[in-house]
Amino acid sequence: MKIEEKLALNAFKTDRESHIKINQEICRKACKTRYCLYVCPGHLYSYDEDRAEISVEFAGCLECGTCMIACREGAIEWSYPKGEFGVQYRYG
Amino acid sequence: MEKVDVVIVGGGLSGLSCAYRLAEKDLQVIVVERGDFPGSKNVTGGRLYIKPIEGIVGDMLDGAPFERKVVRERWTLMGEKNSVTVDFTGENLKENRHSFTVLRSTFDRWLSERVMEKGVFVIPRYRVDGLLQEEGKVVGIKAGGEEIYANVVVASDGVLSFMAEKAGLKPRMTPKGYAIGIKEVIELSEDRINERFNVGKEEGVAHLFIGDVTKGRFGGGFLYTNRNTVSLGVVVGIKAMMEAKPPIELHTLLDTFKARYEIEGFIKGGRTVEYGAHIIPEMGYKGISKLYHDGLIITGDAAGFALNMGITVRGMEFAIASGIMAGETILKAHSTGDYSVNTLSQYGEMLKSSFVIKDLYNFREMGDFLDRDEVFSLYPRSIPDMIEKVVWFDEGPKERIGATLWKAAKGSGLMGLNTLKLLLGLKKV
Repeated sequence: MKIEEKLALNAFKTDRESHIKINQEICRKACKTRYCLYVCPGHLYSYDEDRAEISVEFAGCLECGTCMIACREGAIEWSYPKGEFGVQYRYG
Repeated sequence: MEKVDVVIVGGGLSGLSCAYRLAEKDLQVIVVERGDFPGSKNVTGGRLYIKPIEGIVGDMLDGAPFERKVVRERWTLMGEKNSVTVDFTGENLKENRHSFTVLRSTFDRWLSERVMEKGVFVIPRYRVDGLLQEEGKVVGIKAGGEEIYANVVVASDGVLSFMAEKAGLKPRMTPKGYAIGIKEVIELSEDRINERFNVGKEEGVAHLFIGDVTKGRFGGGFLYTNRNTVSLGVVVGIKAMMEAKPPIELHTLLDTFKARYEIEGFIKGGRTVEYGAHIIPEMGYKGISKLYHDGLIITGDAAGFALNMGITVRGMEFAIASGIMAGETILKAHSTGDYSVNTLSQYGEMLKSSFVIKDLYNFREMGDFLDRDEVFSLYPRSIPDMIEKVVWFDEGPKERIGATLWKAAKGSGLMGLNTLKLLLGLKKV
């Protein structure tokens, strides 16, 4: 089962605005490791070579916070989605 | 300007337990919860141990929607292509209310309804953005454009606790101090679960795995049976994952684990219905935050009350106990009208004389003890290998069993200096 299919099983309510903000300048200047690309349990981070940019599909966020902890450079500004939004676990 | 006696941030187990203790006591208490309902942002493995909290919960958990009573404890050492499992059961587990598996979305929601019946306001879909502070004291919360003033704020906002961080009581989170747990909830019929796991009606299994599940890194796998689902997941230290070379993509660990022969048969024909993830505090006693401040109390995961004891993992009973003790302390503060640290420090004292801090303290070296390669790599690999050599009959005559064991133990490094160190270290944990 692909990770996208697993995420599709969950109930999400998506805000228009992302609750995760990435400071690309810090990513470009300070980060060589890009831990965010593989520590995220939703596999939501990706890197665009051409634009030298990290992006995150925040709509599938499981709200664990792993990316924020693993980003030692402090490029990820992370808050919980606003009330009403984000993942809504039905089992938990 | 609105003012209440108590604002509890987070409708999880510690926040709701605190609210339950404060209900019907002539205090105005509100619980604010960012999810659609309490439990909708929570994830557990997991199971709740009842005995430690039996004496303090009163009637709070009467009629609670537990999934199954754990009557079998299993541990598996998982090699790359083989494994050894220990399966424990006994009359004590069968006859006593010892531990129960739970699903948080059901469990916390039920508890919140119980709390509401007693007159506490639980406000869902409400994310708290910050604390109101005056002259160093916490005097309320901010959310959206609103401000709610309170005599005391209870930060029950979980492991990431932005409240404790904002109050300056919690240092920045480091990869070494935390693990990430991911799990699938897989639907299976009640009868199938009973048969496959060899348990009776409403009885269940708690099964932990170490070794190849995490490719020899700090962490492990887990499988808990619920009423008509199983919770199957993997936990890995965040630092361990960052250091893995080549890098491991977290979500693939669970897929590899699921496909193992040892697991396949348990979940065959099951349908995955949810995929969740949650951070787990791994520092034990050393990771406990400051517990109170003028006008603020911190409970549950937010305070770092979680304990990996190797053979089991605990957190929820600490959350419940700390919530109740926060409630007790607030009742005292209410009676004297003093919500400063002078009164709130009693929360710390209460915790210290309870199992919460005592257990965390007694097992304070467990984190360092577990954080060694032998535990997650050498033993889970070489013990199944050793057993394989004993059970394997090849062409030609069979070597004597004693000689086989001796050679395997020496050859694998099981008898090395590290094992001696580990055995010596056992005394401390």
